[in-house]
Amino acid sequence: MRRFLYACAVGLIGVLGWTLPAQAAEPIRIGAIFSVTGPASFLGEPERNTAKMLEEQLNREGGLLGRTVEVIVYDDESDATKAVTAVDRLIKRDRVVAVIGPSTSGSTLAILPKVEEAKIPLISCAAAKKIVEPVKRWVFKTPQSDALAVRKIYQHAKKAGLSKMAILTASDAFGAAGREELKELATQVGLTIIGDEVFGPKDTDMTAQLTRIKGTAAQAIIVWGTNPGPAVVARNRVQLNIGLPLYMSHGVASPKFIELAGPENAEGILLPAGRLIAEGQVPPGHPQKAILANYIKEYESRFKQPTSTFGGYAWDAIMLVAQAAKRAKSAEPAAVRDALETTRGFWGTTGEYNFSADDHNGLTEEAFVMVRITKGDWEMLR
Amino acid sequence: MASPSDLLQYVISGATLGSTYGLAGLGFTVIFNTTEIINFAQGEFVMLGGMLAVFAVRWGGLPLAVAVLLAIGLTTLVGVAVDRLTIRPVRGQSVIVLIIITIGVSIVLRGAAMLLFGKDTYPLPGFSGGAPIALLGASLLPQNLWVGGITLCTLVAMKLYFDRTISGKAMLACACDRKAASLMGINVDTMVTLSFALSALVGALGGAILAPITLTSYDVGILLGLKGFAACILGGLGNPFGAVAGGVILGVLESLSAGLISSGYKDAVAFVILLTLLFVRPSGLFGRRAAERV
Repeated sequence: MRRFLYACAVGLIGVLGWTLPAQAAEPIRIGAIFSVTGPASFLGEPERNTAKMLEEQLNREGGLLGRTVEVIVYDDESDATKAVTAVDRLIKRDRVVAVIGPSTSGSTLAILPKVEEAKIPLISCAAAKKIVEPVKRWVFKTPQSDALAVRKIYQHAKKAGLSKMAILTASDAFGAAGREELKELATQVGLTIIGDEVFGPKDTDMTAQLTRIKGTAAQAIIVWGTNPGPAVVARNRVQLNIGLPLYMSHGVASPKFIELAGPENAEGILLPAGRLIAEGQVPPGHPQKAILANYIKEYESRFKQPTSTFGGYAWDAIMLVAQAAKRAKSAEPAAVRDALETTRGFWGTTGEYNFSADDHNGLTEEAFVMVRITKGDWEMLR
Repeated sequence: MASPSDLLQYVISGATLGSTYGLAGLGFTVIFNTTEIINFAQGEFVMLGGMLAVFAVRWGGLPLAVAVLLAIGLTTLVGVAVDRLTIRPVRGQSVIVLIIITIGVSIVLRGAAMLLFGKDTYPLPGFSGGAPIALLGASLLPQNLWVGGITLCTLVAMKLYFDRTISGKAMLACACDRKAASLMGINVDTMVTLSFALSALVGALGGAILAPITLTSYDVGILLGLKGFAACILGGLGNPFGAVAGGVILGVLESLSAGLISSGYKDAVAFVILLTLLFVRPSGLFGRRAAERV
């Protein structure tokens, strides 16, 4: 037994000795905080997978600036307090060059003061526009803000000649932010909201709210929430035979939604979504085509599960840091931040990023396309 | 003002939702009647019923009916295991200790389900299709009828069991006085195990028939357990009829307040009414006053 252990130890040292010279310099450490478990795990899990996949991919291609890349992922368990502990560890112990994540708006807002104080760039994977508005020197984010999604929906509705909308929003952070945005922008574009209903994120029946909307003169319904609530709405509106156009948020832009609602109930639902979910319909000449196709191929062969928009946010965040470090020819947090802010025309899975001193999200509503659910699949509208 | 057909729709929606709570509540009654324990793992039995059925279809490729029966059977075994492994070893303890143990059990079951089945939400196909049925301007799903029918049948079966059979009466006797019951030749331990089995069975049945309407995930047990408990309290603890009636009343209240007052405050409205009712009748609508035990 002892001899066996000895042999193992020697073997291990041998292996280390063999690999070490190749990576003489300290690795470049990128920190990440994702909600891998807990209620927001539908965001965090694909993000973690993507981060790990990119780490391997970057190193396979020779690393960054001649150094290997190490992505250190901590799980905040969908809990803002744990995100704060994690960011402390990343900054003080792991000495990372940048922090990716967290997955949720709540966690992101909780750690903002920490990264600002430590002067480490943060690229959040969360949606709330409060993260980057007003602009904070060290904070960026990759997902499209809710306002862009709302604009996209309103554009579509105006073009279809609709003017009276009923909104049905979840009573969680995502739904509440959407509700605010929907009401604010409606007046700007000249639409009126004549129904304003709310549902609990865990509610299993929305027929009461829909019956109420049915009794109004609304010409379309807009639902804002993440699974499973909107799936229940989709089922209930078929039960109640409501034929009004139904818009949903980008929060349900995953195949899971169609599965939960059932293809027959999801039929005809309109939503703004990133091009990732309808990659097959992106025209071949589009700058995003190759990026999306590669990401999907790599992810699906590696993890044997379909990609989601959320994993794409992490892809964009890490690649943004990588390109910033390359351009800055440095892995110092301050240099990376400055390079990030001057990023122009960078195509990610979400859209084209054009950061500037007063825009740390860098996307326009072009990052969204309107899709219609047709026969259980996404149909990109032009 | 809402039209009559809208009102009918609210009541139908509320009653379906309420049977959910009622079915979850029924299980509380059984264990309470035998042991005076409030089993906070009851919601987890409901969850297991739905999730096991979903995965028997997904992984096992079983036909729906077989999957549902299998799920109910397995959950019943889980109920027995919960009693044998966690309750029986500490049976001498006070009721409050046992109740806290059931909270622990619920966390363990939920965690196990999360590891085994993942964190996603899953649908289950309806037992007889998904085409809605129109009724006087309102509409309901075939599954709503299944839920209503099965809830009623379960209720009647339980009523008969507790009133007419020796083992049912023996269960009640255990709750009244353990010592006296065991002196009468009733095997109290067996009765407790049986009550856990029975309440797991009822819970799982509820979970399986509800999953096609409400979708299911590893954490649905929390909310169902809570609302089921509220239903029990409203109807009067220990009374199966009260649990179901309490559930339906709670569901209809929620639905009406969402429809007529405001969907943002529907839970608040329902619970304010619940609290007021309890203030007036602390033992619940259909409960007998306490302190009558001799």
